[in-house]
Amino acid sequence: MADHILLRHRDIPDIDKLDVYLEYGGFEAFKQVVTNKTPQEVIDIVRISGLRGRGGAGFPAGVKWGFLTPDVFPRYVVANADESEPGTFKDREILECNPYQFLEGVAICAFAAQANTAYVYCRGEFWDLAHELENKIDALHEAKFLGKGLFGTDYALEIHVYLGAGAYICGEETALLESMEGSLGQPRLRPPFPAAEGLYAKPTVVNNVETLTNLPPIITRGADWYRSIGTEKSTGPKVFSLSGHVERPGNYELPLGTPFRELIFTHGGGIPGGRSIKAILPAGASAPLLPATDEVLDTPMDYESVPEVGSQLGSASIIVIDETVNIAWLVHKTTRFFEHESCGKCTPCREGTYWMHHLLQRIERGEADLEDIDLLDSVARGMQGKCLCALGEFAIMPVISGIQHFRADFEARIRNGR
Amino acid sequence: MLAEKYSSEIKSILAKYPLDKKRSAVLPLMYLAQREYGTVTSESMVEIANILDIDITQVASLIGFYTLLHDKPGGKYRIQICTDLPCALRGAEDFAHELCDRLGIRLGETTPDGMISVEEVMCLAACNGAPMFQVQAPDGIHYHELQSVESALAVIDDLRKRDNDG
Repeated sequence: MADHILLRHRDIPDIDKLDVYLEYGGFEAFKQVVTNKTPQEVIDIVRISGLRGRGGAGFPAGVKWGFLTPDVFPRYVVANADESEPGTFKDREILECNPYQFLEGVAICAFAAQANTAYVYCRGEFWDLAHELENKIDALHEAKFLGKGLFGTDYALEIHVYLGAGAYICGEETALLESMEGSLGQPRLRPPFPAAEGLYAKPTVVNNVETLTNLPPIITRGADWYRSIGTEKSTGPKVFSLSGHVERPGNYELPLGTPFRELIFTHGGGIPGGRSIKAILPAGASAPLLPATDEVLDTPMDYESVPEVGSQLGSASIIVIDETVNIAWLVHKTTRFFEHESCGKCTPCREGTYWMHHLLQRIERGEADLEDIDLLDSVARGMQGKCLCALGEFAIMPVISGIQHFRADFEARIRNGR
Repeated sequence: MLAEKYSSEIKSILAKYPLDKKRSAVLPLMYLAQREYGTVTSESMVEIANILDIDITQVASLIGFYTLLHDKPGGKYRIQICTDLPCALRGAEDFAHELCDRLGIRLGETTPDGMISVEEVMCLAACNGAPMFQVQAPDGIHYHELQSVESALAVIDDLRKRDNDG
């Protein structure tokens, strides 16, 4: 991609300063929607652009906004900056390096949702970043891009930063809202969805940082331009977070539909030390792992193609695993994560992640029997489809796929340990 | 007392939320208590509950839920090393153990002078910067990426110096 659309700071130094951002057309999109468009027109543009949620679920953003209960006010917009998926570090780069484009996206979304208050929910670990974001918001006030009577209209908008305190589950949108309301950050039973009853039981849009950062260019350059990037159903650019066993880990902004092979080998520089690639986790810890066959490596990274080979694109955080890794160890790591992060609200997830972790510890310590592999698989399958939110479903995916594709690794671990 | 000492700060925190939704300020106030007392003490939980007009258990229940809130004393500076999968693939587990060896403590322990604890934490969204850690200090959290044991020890030296000077 010649010019970055989301990671614009890589082309334009100092775009994190307001005067530079304005010099390069900043806040023209927001001004255009406030002075020249109705909220419904903005929703229509975003719907036609095909923009899908970049937090993991891939749900069409314009459609989500269209679900807001009519005529109920106040409404809220909440930007989800609780980036905590293992292997995902794209939102952090956007927030740190191109913050004004993100904030302009929040403002456009707020106008479309007819909200006068928006919150940015940052994970607590983003302490420095959150305080810097507050300074940027102050600068926007001074420049009259926030506050009352924006651009001579009667539209008013305030943006506040909310700092979480360390809990992966708060990235789940209803848990995030619970956390913001001061309760335990545990997911709600849905429906009602946030568009009907969200923050303080009012209609609320929750969107990921990267999703919102797409909005200014969509408004400025149009839905058709946006659709010309990516694939027919997975439109636009995506920031892929590449980590693990690659020469050049990092964020890469590429069109949706770019094959795994191009990301890992062309951009990421391949596997260090001349070793060979064994497996890929395409969506952090939250999707089935894939053996790195030619078929998988040639699969386009979009919301349709990755499921066809048995996994998910999710937040597009690609963790590369080389031949030195025993998959039983890997599954132990992902399961430890989910056991730690399970919020404890629903029984299948709370107990299931505990028992899976317990069995995997036994395998890791060399205290397991071969039958424990099937027991582990049956605990995972016992959770399937029974959890309150996606966390429990995510937790079992590396387990089931790990056993399915790499059973010999589990057997070796058990045999060698005894 | 937080309410007196930080009255203007508390006022600006509360101003972010609707008047009847003060409970939203519970995490910001717990951070404030932690800054003031080092941990969220039981006295400060009572204070926060009073400021927000909620029950003390509604404050206390959050402590165990969120990893950045502490009611038990640790080191003044908590070195929180990510050893989650992507970092582990790039040597974070060895890094954590070697750093602890050099400090003469085990993971989860605090140095005898009470200054430094070393903890393992889950993903910090800095997988391209592994090995990495954050330092949770009473007044904030700062990231340190692409670390070696030597550079981490230098960071720790600076923290100790900062404390002696300050």
